[in-house]
Amino acid sequence: MKEYLFDCAVIGGGAAGMAAALEVEKAGFKTAIIEREECLGGILLQCIHNGFGLHEFKEELTGPEYAERFADKIDESEVKVFLDSTVMEMDEPADYPGQHELYCYSSVYGVFVIRARTVILAMGCRERNRGNIGIPGTRPSGIMTAGLAQRLVNIDGYVPGKDIVIIGSGDIGLIMARRMTWAGCRVHAVIEIQPYPSGITRNIVQCLEDFEIPLYLSHVVSEIRGKDRIESILVTPNKDGYPDEENSFELKCDTLLLSVGLVPENELSRKAGIDLNPQINGPYVDSHLMTNKDGVFACGNVLHVHDLVDYVSAESRSAGSNAVKFLQSALTGKQYSIKSGANVRYIVPQKFNFSDDNRFYLRSMIVKNEAVVEIKADGRTIKTIKHSHVQPSEMISIKLKRADLEKISDLPDPRLEISII
Amino acid sequence: MKYDVAIIGAGVSGAAIARKLSQYNLKTVLLEKEADVSFGTSKANSGIIHGGFHTSMKYLKSRLEIQGNLMFDALQRELGFPFRRCGVIVAAFREEELKHIQNLYRQGVDNGVIGIEICSRERILDIEPKLNPDVIGGLHAPNGGIIEPYRFVFSLVESARKNGVDLIVNFKVDSAERTGAKWKISSDDGQSIEAEYVINAAGLYADRVSDIFKAENFKIIPRKGEEYLLDRMSPAYPNKVIFPVPHGKTKGTLVIPTVEGTMMVGPTADEIDDKEDLTTSREHLDRIFDFSRRMVPSISERDIITSFAGLRPALASGDFYIEVSEKAENFIQVAGIQSPGLTASPAIGEYVKNLLKKLDCLLVEKKDWDPHIDKVPRMRNLSHFESEKIVEENPQFGNIICRCEKVSEGEIVEAIRRGHTTLDGVKFFTRTGMGRCQGGFCTYKTIKIIMRETGLSYEQVTKRGKNSEILMERL
Repeated sequence: MKEYLFDCAVIGGGAAGMAAALEVEKAGFKTAIIEREECLGGILLQCIHNGFGLHEFKEELTGPEYAERFADKIDESEVKVFLDSTVMEMDEPADYPGQHELYCYSSVYGVFVIRARTVILAMGCRERNRGNIGIPGTRPSGIMTAGLAQRLVNIDGYVPGKDIVIIGSGDIGLIMARRMTWAGCRVHAVIEIQPYPSGITRNIVQCLEDFEIPLYLSHVVSEIRGKDRIESILVTPNKDGYPDEENSFELKCDTLLLSVGLVPENELSRKAGIDLNPQINGPYVDSHLMTNKDGVFACGNVLHVHDLVDYVSAESRSAGSNAVKFLQSALTGKQYSIKSGANVRYIVPQKFNFSDDNRFYLRSMIVKNEAVVEIKADGRTIKTIKHSHVQPSEMISIKLKRADLEKISDLPDPRLEISII
Repeated sequence: MKYDVAIIGAGVSGAAIARKLSQYNLKTVLLEKEADVSFGTSKANSGIIHGGFHTSMKYLKSRLEIQGNLMFDALQRELGFPFRRCGVIVAAFREEELKHIQNLYRQGVDNGVIGIEICSRERILDIEPKLNPDVIGGLHAPNGGIIEPYRFVFSLVESARKNGVDLIVNFKVDSAERTGAKWKISSDDGQSIEAEYVINAAGLYADRVSDIFKAENFKIIPRKGEEYLLDRMSPAYPNKVIFPVPHGKTKGTLVIPTVEGTMMVGPTADEIDDKEDLTTSREHLDRIFDFSRRMVPSISERDIITSFAGLRPALASGDFYIEVSEKAENFIQVAGIQSPGLTASPAIGEYVKNLLKKLDCLLVEKKDWDPHIDKVPRMRNLSHFESEKIVEENPQFGNIICRCEKVSEGEIVEAIRRGHTTLDGVKFFTRTGMGRCQGGFCTYKTIKIIMRETGLSYEQVTKRGKNSEILMERL
């Protein structure tokens, strides 16, 4: 079997993988990207709307433009890219201690092995589907995830149907409401189980309100009808947490798109023995974004689902630079724990150290105006940050400088707690 | 076209009969109303090879179950479908259930079930550690097993076709008339064939087909079963098929390890009127999970990949009805094939062959009958070194299309070449789209491969035939 030796192997060539690989290669280490599709870019390639890059490039780009900027840099770099190649298994070979082994399958390169001292997991996420939310009824054609529809319309040029209903007001669902309207379809409704939208406000305005597409908050799809192709759905209001069946109504449609959440895709990681955090469905990582396996890092949507690609790029560069330090045996700094405090659904990473600046990403459990993010350690307040508005669908990014931490440098085993109040 | 024998219905019964008859110098045709074989009741089967202790030998279904069970090892060697004798258990949780266990055990012994044993609490927890520790005892039949039902049907039909049987799909029998010594059978869209002998294996519609041939009058009562498929990462995956102690007509809601590593819970059993009602409901979901968690506590709704429903074609008698018709000439009824129909199917093939003999159908064995079919490599089951060789020979096997179930382009192409040209057909043959993402990533790739291999245009590619198209317009 063909074997390739690298310092760093990056699994996935989307936004996360490209940013991480560039960072490692820049430091002079031999780096590879393994990408299952025929070109780099990942899911960005089907996101032809704009709004990408405001943080990263200080300008508004489309998804493919954003991807291209990174892909061009990869082309100019020494990063070896294995396209059309799927990593089937990740292993720690007994006869090569300190190395990781990736078994890859490809129609171009055949079956081959990559060995590397560091691995960066950047496989992204997948969409939740009908089974995950258990919608009762028949099983006709015409039901698909919003991302699949987006792919079909934007890349392959096919329209899956004409009369559309969308479940879930996540960003992909909202963007697809607009996209399907532009493709000449009638979007009859967006149905959201929560009393508030799950997508960012900009998308509610630009994708629904501008096109007068009704958004049903606190409603669920309680039944799917139709034999061969979907014909209609039954929509039921949620009243005080219970279905209000008497006020159910039928909506005719030939297509039902699901935008009901994303799940980090960690089957490969899990099989390789990487511990996963059930709160985020991604690996447990320390402040260096390193998993429980030495030399294996994670970043982007495989770690936790982001709503801005700019944050993915930033986080992935950080994973890359930590991999560099690992390769230079310079990854130091004792790790201390962080706890989610009041109204915080999760924090990534769940460790911090005193030797670097620390960057945290967190999600709120509540919708609130004039909120304050408060960082404490053992009762002592380290920092408070004001936010004019927080909501679960908008990830919060905070930076804790080394200097901020000096306030607690006297504590023997400090434990951070981040709350939203 | 003129045939000696026409079999109506390409579910597991029709397929097993077709394969049996392919051994003889007969011209046989298999007629199926759907776009592919195994698209009716056999598709939504639980995939269990039963242990032969649930019913008494006074029933035909029980006799055929026991005989059928014994035939699967040889069939697997010839046809290569996924099958494993993992064994089945019946778990008792209350004192009074132990009496039922005794009865089932005695019935099993009377039926000649090899290796059947009554288990103490310790013994049953030892062979099935996933069981709720509140279990107090049970029954173990090591001869029971698990199978992929549609793959079994596909392989039977492939074998039959290889040995000369014709398959006509999208042929919905609409009328029949006896002209001379032949039946002329016409479909609802104007196709017709002629056959000397007709076998009615039409499953849910066996009663309607019987009417069309002016044969016996009976009623098929659809009994619906809902099932839930759980991710292969579920911690609840058991060693054995786990049955509750049966109460009433059915075997109850089970916990089933599938032979391909996922697991199922179900089925329910509700008699309904509508033969097309394959809906699932929230109430049943709750009931199934409440019930199955009592047997295996680690079962979680979080692991649900998908749900589906199937309809058992039951007769009021509860037994199979496999007889030569007394009213229609040269017409054999194969009706009421509910559970354990899958287990019994190879024996049904034998049984029906013998009925044909009684009707003076001349059965001469073919000299060149080949029981084997070509096996398609399954990338997920191979070692990396085995895969390497296969990919070297055909790089399409290195192109992984379905990431969840690790299915390659090569496997999809093989499915299409074997006649499975719908998305569901490809899915059942290869498992593409059957995993946790449910086709989110592979659907468009599979559609493109189907278009490339068959020459179909985008709007002709369907989920499962008829009006189940997936793409409506070109942008």
